[in-house]
Amino acid sequence: MKCDVNIITGRTIDQGANIDSKLSSDYFNACARCEIGAEDLKTLGLSEGSHVKVSTRFGSVVVSLALCDGNPEGVAFIPMGPWANTVVNPDTHGCGMPGFKGILGSLEPTDEKPLDLKALMSLYRE
Amino acid sequence: MEITDAICSFCGSLCDDLTVKVEDNKIIDVKRACRLGASKMLGHERINSPMIRNEAGILEEASFDSAIDKASQILLHAKRPLLYGWASTSCEAQSKGVLLGEILGAVVDSTASVCHGPTTLGVQEKGLPTASLGQIKNRADLIIFWGCNPIHAHPRHMSRYSGYLPGFFLDRGRQNRKFVTVDVRMTETAAISDEFLQIEQGSDYVVLSALRALVNGKDDLVPDVVCGVSKEDLVRLSGMMRSCRFGAFFFGMGLTQSKGRYKNIDCALSLTNDLNTQTKFVITPLRGHYNVTGFGQVCSWQTGFPAVDLSRGAPYYNPGEMSANDLLMRDEVDASLIVASDPAAHFPSTSVRNLAKMPLIQIDPYANATTEIADVVIPTAIVGVETEGTAYRMDGLSLRLRKLVDSDYPSDEEILDKIIKKVSRKGDVC
Repeated sequence: MKCDVNIITGRTIDQGANIDSKLSSDYFNACARCEIGAEDLKTLGLSEGSHVKVSTRFGSVVVSLALCDGNPEGVAFIPMGPWANTVVNPDTHGCGMPGFKGILGSLEPTDEKPLDLKALMSLYRE
Repeated sequence: MEITDAICSFCGSLCDDLTVKVEDNKIIDVKRACRLGASKMLGHERINSPMIRNEAGILEEASFDSAIDKASQILLHAKRPLLYGWASTSCEAQSKGVLLGEILGAVVDSTASVCHGPTTLGVQEKGLPTASLGQIKNRADLIIFWGCNPIHAHPRHMSRYSGYLPGFFLDRGRQNRKFVTVDVRMTETAAISDEFLQIEQGSDYVVLSALRALVNGKDDLVPDVVCGVSKEDLVRLSGMMRSCRFGAFFFGMGLTQSKGRYKNIDCALSLTNDLNTQTKFVITPLRGHYNVTGFGQVCSWQTGFPAVDLSRGAPYYNPGEMSANDLLMRDEVDASLIVASDPAAHFPSTSVRNLAKMPLIQIDPYANATTEIADVVIPTAIVGVETEGTAYRMDGLSLRLRKLVDSDYPSDEEILDKIIKKVSRKGDVC
């Protein structure tokens, strides 16, 4: 089932610890994920580790789901990185800063798998 | 060999108390570093050799001379080059970058534009009532963390500057201090705070304005609930702020990247100014990369601005028009030089798409997302590990990073110097 969310992106210690090894599986595991609260997990009918398609009017991306008890209902957190940036708002509101937080979007179950970094970046060279 | 008092070149805390053990020119142990610092010091896989992308679209190994030649040709033929990054290199390399920008008539922008760029705009409007981290350690009995999670992003900040360590006037450390976290979700920092105010996403400006009203005695203007926070909680927080002896307000991307952007900072600075009519209060942005503060300093010394468009023959600054993402979104950039950063991993997809379709030169110790779209890749030494250099801590304190091991890689500064010599014309000051 689909779930509407307000998406925020940001740093995590796992993302930071692998920032200089972005081609590693540790970086992929740290960033190709979406953290939501228990209520939203229930709405989606999915469990931790399931794949989910995150869609906004700026793009979509497939990532893995993770439970974060600290998230209020309707707030999804995606660690900063190439996966998150597929769905963020490019508008800088006249001050140079794109919209990395507060992006309205939705989550839905998918059979697709998250792309690794090389595959994701190869889309930009097409 | 043990090297004491080594400085960590990861985040803006620039922890300067590390003990590094070196054997056979390799760092084998780091004491006192956090997970972020230790992972950097102990090393990751490196780019082995310069590379140039061939006609088949494959990066091929090349010599430093040919990569520098190719990079110089790309920059010389560009009409609207973007020189971007700079947050994870030395002030000396940053200075060369600004000089290169002047010679080329380029836009020079740093990672601050997707980090604390809005903070700079706020500070330009209201000023920055701040203090050194040492003053905060020694004096602050109230710490506010707003829209930031230092346990993840600056793991030793609390133990070194803002929380647990006894200060000169606070001999019981954590017991002398109150922590308050304001965030949209319960973070690890919020979990160890004395108070946590959970606000609705994007409501920072409204909540800060309500606090300003309360601090200024305009209680009647504040409704019973403000964006998810009860008036009672806000009254209690404003009381804590007014009654502390020395308050310190730290903030992060929760303010700079949410709705309102630089106006959130403007409001937080105004609140700090209001509080200074009643007690002592300071405010400090939690800067991310270890020398992003340094770029703002260097670019301001050399051009008058913390990011600059030099295409007019005189420095020009107008974030929102000449910032990296605005230029890329408008598809204005026709070549880019990316130094010590990874915009392909940290820019919105529209910007990355436009970055990828034009010639891109990368100067960096590590392969990253930008390498995947780069046309010329030049590997360099890691500042603070393999080469020395100056960096600025988040509070504006300059520190000299040391060389801990030898390296065959040239420094960013050396590579930039060679490019400058290739692209400069008679009469250029280089």
